[in-house]
This record gives sequence, structure tokens and C-alpha cells, in this order.
Amino acid sequence: MDKVNNENKEFLISRKKNIYEVIIGLEVHAQVTSNSKLFSSSSTKFGAEPNTQVSLVDAAFPGMLPVINEFCVKQAIKTGIGLKAQINKRSVFDRKNYFYADLPQGYQISQFKHPIVGEGTVVLDMPNGQKEVGIERLHLEQDAGKSIHDVDPQNTMVDLNRSGVALMEIVSKPDLRSPDEVNVYIKKLRSIMRYLGTCDGNMQEGSLRADVNVSVRKKGTDKLGTRCEIKNVNSIKFMQMAINYEANRQVDLIEEGKSIAQETRLFDTKKNETRSMRSKEDAHDYRYFPDPDLLPLEVTDNFVELIKSEIPELPDEKKKRFIEKYKLSPYEATILVSDIETSKYFEEVIKNSDIKLATNWITGELFAVLNNKNLEIADSPISAKNLSKLINLIKDGTISGKIAKTIFELMMDGDKDPQTIVDEKGLKQQSDPKALEDLIDKVIADNPDNVKEYKSGKEKLFGFFVGQVMKVSGGKANPQLVNEILKKKLK
Amino acid sequence: MTIDLKTIKHISKLSRISVDDAKAKKLEGNLNSIFEFIEKLNQLKTENIEPLTSIAETTLKLRSDEVKSKNIREEILKNSPEKNQDFFVVPKVVE
Amino acid sequence: MNDIVSQKLTELVQNVKERKISSEEITKAFIDRSNKSKTLNSYITENFSAALQKAKKFDEKPNLDLKLPGIPIAVKDLFCTNGVRTTAGSKILNNFTPTYESTVTQNMWNDGAILLGKLNCDEFAMGSSNETSFFGNVQNPIDKDLVPGGSSGGSASALAANITPITIGTDTGGSIRQPASFTGTVGLKPTYGSCSRYGIVAFASSLDQAGPMSKNVKDCALLQEVISTYDSKDSTSIDFKRNNYSSELTKNIKGKKIGIPKEYRVDGMPKEIETLWSKGTQYLKNCGAEIVDISLPHTNYALPAYYIVAPAEASSNLARYDGVKYGFRSNGENLIDMYEKTRSEGFGDEVQRRIMIGTYVLSSGYYDAYYLKAQKVRKLIKNDFDEVYKKVDAILTPSTPSSAFKIGENSNDPVSMYLNDIFTVPVNLAGLPAISIPAGVDDKGNPLGLQIIGKHFDEQNILNIAYAMEEKINFKNKITDWWIK
Repeated sequence: MDKVNNENKEFLISRKKNIYEVIIGLEVHAQVTSNSKLFSSSSTKFGAEPNTQVSLVDAAFPGMLPVINEFCVKQAIKTGIGLKAQINKRSVFDRKNYFYADLPQGYQISQFKHPIVGEGTVVLDMPNGQKEVGIERLHLEQDAGKSIHDVDPQNTMVDLNRSGVALMEIVSKPDLRSPDEVNVYIKKLRSIMRYLGTCDGNMQEGSLRADVNVSVRKKGTDKLGTRCEIKNVNSIKFMQMAINYEANRQVDLIEEGKSIAQETRLFDTKKNETRSMRSKEDAHDYRYFPDPDLLPLEVTDNFVELIKSEIPELPDEKKKRFIEKYKLSPYEATILVSDIETSKYFEEVIKNSDIKLATNWITGELFAVLNNKNLEIADSPISAKNLSKLINLIKDGTISGKIAKTIFELMMDGDKDPQTIVDEKGLKQQSDPKALEDLIDKVIADNPDNVKEYKSGKEKLFGFFVGQVMKVSGGKANPQLVNEILKKKLK
Repeated sequence: MTIDLKTIKHISKLSRISVDDAKAKKLEGNLNSIFEFIEKLNQLKTENIEPLTSIAETTLKLRSDEVKSKNIREEILKNSPEKNQDFFVVPKVVE
Repeated sequence: MNDIVSQKLTELVQNVKERKISSEEITKAFIDRSNKSKTLNSYITENFSAALQKAKKFDEKPNLDLKLPGIPIAVKDLFCTNGVRTTAGSKILNNFTPTYESTVTQNMWNDGAILLGKLNCDEFAMGSSNETSFFGNVQNPIDKDLVPGGSSGGSASALAANITPITIGTDTGGSIRQPASFTGTVGLKPTYGSCSRYGIVAFASSLDQAGPMSKNVKDCALLQEVISTYDSKDSTSIDFKRNNYSSELTKNIKGKKIGIPKEYRVDGMPKEIETLWSKGTQYLKNCGAEIVDISLPHTNYALPAYYIVAPAEASSNLARYDGVKYGFRSNGENLIDMYEKTRSEGFGDEVQRRIMIGTYVLSSGYYDAYYLKAQKVRKLIKNDFDEVYKKVDAILTPSTPSSAFKIGENSNDPVSMYLNDIFTVPVNLAGLPAISIPAGVDDKGNPLGLQIIGKHFDEQNILNIAYAMEEKINFKNKITDWWIK
């Protein structure tokens, strides 16, 4: 498996004579945040006991009929607006017919020819600049239930809790070219939906999954190669691994002069390879037709305008504002707006404290802790209020940056007020020039040889003196002042 | 349009109804006479006609996002031919 | 007072309200006669002891403001009834007991009626003679070994035999009107969207409608009032202002314009039907209505279009019968095997045929040529009616191309069976209301019906026209009770 990264950081696969590029399109399935399901009034809460959130409609009992959830329609339109996409005021629900144990109706209600949202764009912030990825469409559809295969060797258990939950299927154009771009794309989509509150993007809980379409072609050619669809990948890491494996598999086939069968594949997470879904059933004749239990969905301009007015500031706009208003660098801004909770936390902290320090402490120390403990910023052990206080203590010279790090650790235990910790542990830094002068005089007096050597040119020894002063002061000496005073005294 | 045995086998797979050779032969006869009858529609020119999308002259009514259904697991599982306390039980799929 | 089982619904209701008769007496009378009439095979499930209990309870504290106070009524086995087995005439639901009630039947129970039992029907409402039911053929009370029509054959048979005072059926291509014609009774298919489809075992969603089947027009109007409501649980239910059909019923149809469509005069149509049709137009003239010759040019394409659209929707609606959640399951080695065995053993031949047709016309490569085409033809048919309704208020046609045929006569040839629906199917495709009333007999002495088709939501108008004609026709059903030994 060879990979060539040229200066533009393109993802290419090379063999003896040929270089291939990889064309990727994603169909992301995002679970809509709503109280009840798309066509029934059962709860959508995650983690319930099996089959306890199933209504007669969900279980497809005879005579049961679908009734559409207005809020899910709004969520889809909202997401469409976030994707800068065309909102189709008239859309149609179609039945996608196939048989499976977790599909009680024997069909899924989806949208085929007339989806609720049309073409749009997503902007990716890549290391070498911005890239626009086209959105083909977004439509609403029902999620299926869950089949559990590994409890009983002869049988499959079926749980219909998830059956009927609203999904938004977001189809991208085949504009992605590398696993890195896929990573940024998924994160951006997730971020936009979290900003809008239309999907929580929790991949562990299955709120976000993707079917990955992969094809390859010789670099420099126009024609798209045959694509294979890798179904139901539920983490970004697996998507990247699947793309890597699949692209190389296809290139190998082409190099051997073989053709690529257009097929559906699965990513085996244990073997790290894709394999064909050997269901030779003509699985893809879904016999779509408009659902006769429903009418075409028509929304008015007013309906859409009202939703538009509820849209909060989205990541791209927020990033612009952060750069202009707070004078952040694009890099810093990107990080701080990537998640709505992070941006909220940041703006809360800087209400009363220094922006530069806030940026560094959040993207540095705080992110490290959150990563370590696998926490979302919304569950941060240190509140924005208290972080702000800590930063102010640094800014006004009460404590040094170094001491702040110690206090930060201590604050994590129950979100303690940093001022309290300073007082309790007596960590206030020593900033009284007179007191520091005395200390410094003592250190100088105690180290005459080093003083001589320093004055004769051994500048490196300055650190030694600083160290001594810090030692003697129990670490509390104000480092800046120590530096100033020492410099003066050692002239 | 005549329907041959191959097509019948294909349709029966799609509709999950098993069809042996004898049954397929009988179906072939029946279905072909029905389709001969249906073919009459080809006499009509319909290029410029919009298909009827819904006969009910009303717009799709939207429901509010309230959870109204409660846990009725026992009721849901009651009629199932095979179940345990929590799940529907079906034979395994052969991939 | 007439013998209880011979009384019309409105008579019974009146007698209960006047305390001349109790619910228990009525219920007992119908149970007795039902028990003597098992030869007809009208029932799939009897609910007699529960009905009697309910009747007694009603009598303890009768609410006489209700429209159907303590009246026992049997219904087609396509309506889900809470706690009472509902089979749709199929083996695949042979052991299915719903834990919920259809809106239409709930409306009846809310207005005082009591469930007498579930009536036989063609399997999943697919048939025109009640010969496809898993539970056996139904006898037409008119004469031995005659079919009662279908799919609401058990309903029509029970009604004509006086073992239920009134009943409800469903009509997708004629399944209320055709059996009404075959049994000398009245059957109304309301405007699509008038009666809720919630809780009715679905056949073809864009065509199915529940409706009353009765001994006369007045009874029909009363029951329609009870069952027709807007239901938010059915997205195709329409919220329109419904008349008080029975209190607004009138024989005054002076000045109404009635269309006679020339395309309904089919080749080889029996002479008696032509005669009856002319007689009908004469009666209408006598009532002061005006007769107008009209054309519905696409009539001949209705039946082929129907036999594409209905099976297509059915193939999808019946996909849920897979042995997983409820109903019959046949053991299989794996999931697919289980599905295939379950459905091939659980569904009868006609149902399997229609599922195959439906699957085929929706399949890749054929969708445009068949399903899409049929939906376009449907538009043309609807346009035909919209056009003529600019000139007329209603349309008069025969209900069926013949009277009841013998059991077994048509069951080997699906197409000849389908031709029974030739006059009724266009109405479903256009979503219009239509009523069939008995108009006379053929040379064998078997009943024939006339159909009055109305504009959307104009049930009152066609009920009135039917009411006026009924008086003139003065039809008397000659029921000899041949099945009671």
C-alpha cells in the first residue's frame, strides 16, 4: 500500500506506473433530535429497555397509519438552511420496499424523487485553505429497529425501539478526496447540526452514521470509476480505515486488469477490511412509489421564514466574528467555534477576563483534561466562571502562570473557586518589590563565585539565580519581577 | 408483454412468497391473461398528463411533537408467534 | 310491531327509544336467527354471549339519546375490534386478536351499538364473490349456491338474511356496491376521506373506504352519520362539514340534473339491465329530475388501471404479514425461508396473485410503463368526472353487469371475475361517493342494482336521489329462508 503526499497534501495511491486519486461521497444518516418519532408518537429516548418505546404504528399492526411529526419537518428544514441549501416547499414521501426482521412494515417511509431539501454547500477548513463540498440533497426517513444476532446461535432478537425514529439522510456530492477531508466534513456537519440543535451527533449512541461511497481513477482523468458503497460505518476512524482499504483494493484490481463490481460492502472492524455483502437477493429493487397513506408535504414561505428567524449564529459566521471582534487567528477561531458548547464556554469566560489567556487555557489545559477524561465541555469539571477567575488572578499578578497550573489541577475537584485555593494554600505570589529585593540580595550574597562568573560573561547562569530565588521563596516569587530586579542587581 | 417462468421466480423472491415449479406454471397462465387485459392501457397517449398523486383533496396535517404512546411491550409482543419476554424472535439471516 | 329481525334499523331505534322493545330482546332475536343460519356461513367469529351481556347492561341504564341505542350489529371482518378476533378472511390472521379498535366501529359503539360478530369476506378484501375466504364460501340468501358478491359477501348475506339489522363493509373497487346489488340491499361507498381508515386492515390505501350496508336508504343515511368523522390518526381523513344525513334526507329532487354516461352501455350487457336502467331514468323524471346524456370517455380504461394500482398498493400493504409480529408463522431454516413459507402458506391464491402483479408493476424497469401510467389514466378518469359535474349533479348507471352468479362459475378465470367491477371501479379511482339501491330482478328473479354516483362530499345529494327512487321502485326482496330447516 503506497501513498504519495505531494506538497498539496493530496491523498494519492501510486503503483508502478500509475497514480490514482480517490473519489469519495458520503450519505450521512443523522438522527433528528425530537421528543417523538417521525410518524408515531412514541418516545425517541436512547437506552430504553427493549421494545418499551414501540407503539402499534411502529410495530406495523393491521390498520395502523402514519401521521407526520411537525417538529421533525422543521428540524430538517433548519438543517437545510444550515447547509445553505434549497428548501423544497413541496416534497413527497415514498415507500422503499424490502424485507428485514427489524423493518416491521416491510417498507421504510423515505423520500425518493422529491426530497424536502435540495442542493447546498459545506465549507471545510483544511490546513491548506478552505474547500467547498457540495450537498446533493437532504431527506427525511424512518430509522429501522435493531437486530441482535449474537445472543442466540439459532435466532435473532428484534428490538423495535428505534423503528420509526426520524433520520435525516444528507447526501454529499462526490467532492471528497481523502480520509482527512472526510474527518473534517463529518465534524463540520456534526458541528452545524449541534449548533442548530437538530442532531446531537453522538456517534457512540448511533445518532450519526454514514454509508461511504468510494471509487478511484487515474489522476488527470475525468471519468468517474465504478463505486462501491460501504454501509453503516459508525465512527470517523472506521470511515478513514475503510476508505484506505477500499481504495487500495480497487486500485489493485484495476492494475491487474480486472473490473470493479458495483456492490455494497461492509467494513469489518476486526479485520480492518471491507467485504462484499453476499446477499445475492436483488436487494436493490426497492420498488419506490409515493406512500398512499400520506399526502405530499407542502410548507409555506412563512413556515420557512419563521424557521430561518430561529437559526442561531452558525460556525462559519461565528468564526468570522471571533476573528474580527476578538482578534483571534483563523486557527484559534476554528478550534473555538468547532463545537457550539466550546464557543459558548469561551464567550462566557472572556466576559470578564483576558482573551489571549482564555484562548490558551481553553485550547491548552482544559482540552487536555477533557480529552483525558473523555468529557464533553458541557460536563467540564471547571466552570467558565471559575476559569475566568483563575485567568484574572494571573492577569493581576496574584499568581504566576506556573502556580496557576497547580491551582487548575486542584480546581477540578468539585469546581473549586481558585481564590479559595489561593487563600487556603497560601499560593499568592510574592510581588512586593521590597521583599523580593531582600531575597535577591541574600541569594547574591550567598553565591559570590557565580556572581563573578556571570558578570564575566557566563550569561547562562542567570537561570541559576532565578532558580535559587524561586527556591528560597517557596516558588511564590513573581517571576517577572524577579527577572527585572535580578537583571538590575547583577549589572 | 409476456411473463416467463424466470420473471415469476424473480417476483416471488422479491415478494417473499415461495413458488415451486408447478405453482409457477399455473401462475404463468393466470398472470399472462391478467396482463393481456391490463395492456389495454397502452392504447392511451399519456405523455403530457400529470399522474394523480393523491385523491384526498387536502394537505398533509402535521402532528405536534408530544410523546403520547407509553410502554406497551406486553401488548406489542402478545400476538407474536415467537418471542421471549423482551424481544421478537426470528430465525437467523444467512448472509 | 313487525317481527324484530324484519324491522328496519330506524324502526328498531324508534322502538327502543319508545321503550317498546329492549336491547336484550333485539339481541336475542338476532342471535337466535343467526344460530339457525349457519348454512349461509356469513360469520367468521360470533360474539353472541358478550353481545347479550352488553345488551343486558344497556337495558339496566339505557341512554336513549344515542343514535344506535343498544342495537346489535355485525361487521365485516376487516375492521379491527378490540378483544375480538379479526382475520380479514385469511389464514395468516386466523389467530389475531387486536388490542385496539377501528375508528369507524368505535364511532358505532360510542353511539350505543353492540358488536354481534365478525362477518365473512374475501381474503384481504380481494374478490367479488366471497370465494377467496380462508373460512369458506358464503351463501346468498336469495337462492342456494349463489354467490353473495364480494368482498363484503358475508355482510351482504347476513343483512339480506336478516341476521343483522344493518352492517358496514369496505369498498375498494366495488366491494360494498356489488354485493348490495347481488343481494337486493343498499350499499354506500362514501367519498374517499369521509370515513377513517384507522384500524381497517388495509388493501389499497388510496381506494379503500368503509361504508354502510342496509335494508333501505333511511337506515343507510343514519349509519353514515354515525361512522363518518374526521380522524387525525388517518392522514388521508378529510375535515369537511358533514351533513346530518338522516335528518336532512328528502325525496325532493326537483330540478336535479342526472347524467347518463354512454360508455356504461357495454357490449353484451343483459337486456334486463338496460331495461332497469331506462326504468330508473323514467322514475327520476317522474320525481322532477332532468336527464342529461353525458360522456365519460376513459371509462373503459378504469378496470385495467385499477388492476395495476390496487395490487401495487396491496403488495406493499401486505408486506407486514411476515410471521414476525403477529399472525401465522411457518417454521423456516432461516429468515428468508421463514418469510417465504409463511406467506405462501398463509395467503390464498388470489392474494398471492395480486401481490405478484403489484410487485411486478412497481419493479425496476416496469414502474413507468405500468404504475405511473395507471396513475396518469386515473387522472384522466377523474378529469372526466370533474368535467361532467360542471353540467350534472349526479350520475345514474347500473351497479353490476349481471345478477349473482353460481358459486364456482367464475373462480377459475381471474379476468372474468374482475369484470364484475366494471361499473363500480371508476368511482373508487376518482374518490367519489356512490350508492347502489335494488332496482328490480332479472329473468331468474335475482336482484339487480342501480348506482347513483355523486360529487365529492355530496353524499346527501345521492342519498336523497336514492331515497326518491327507492319509493318509486318499491322493491321487495323475496327471502324464503330456504337455509333454515
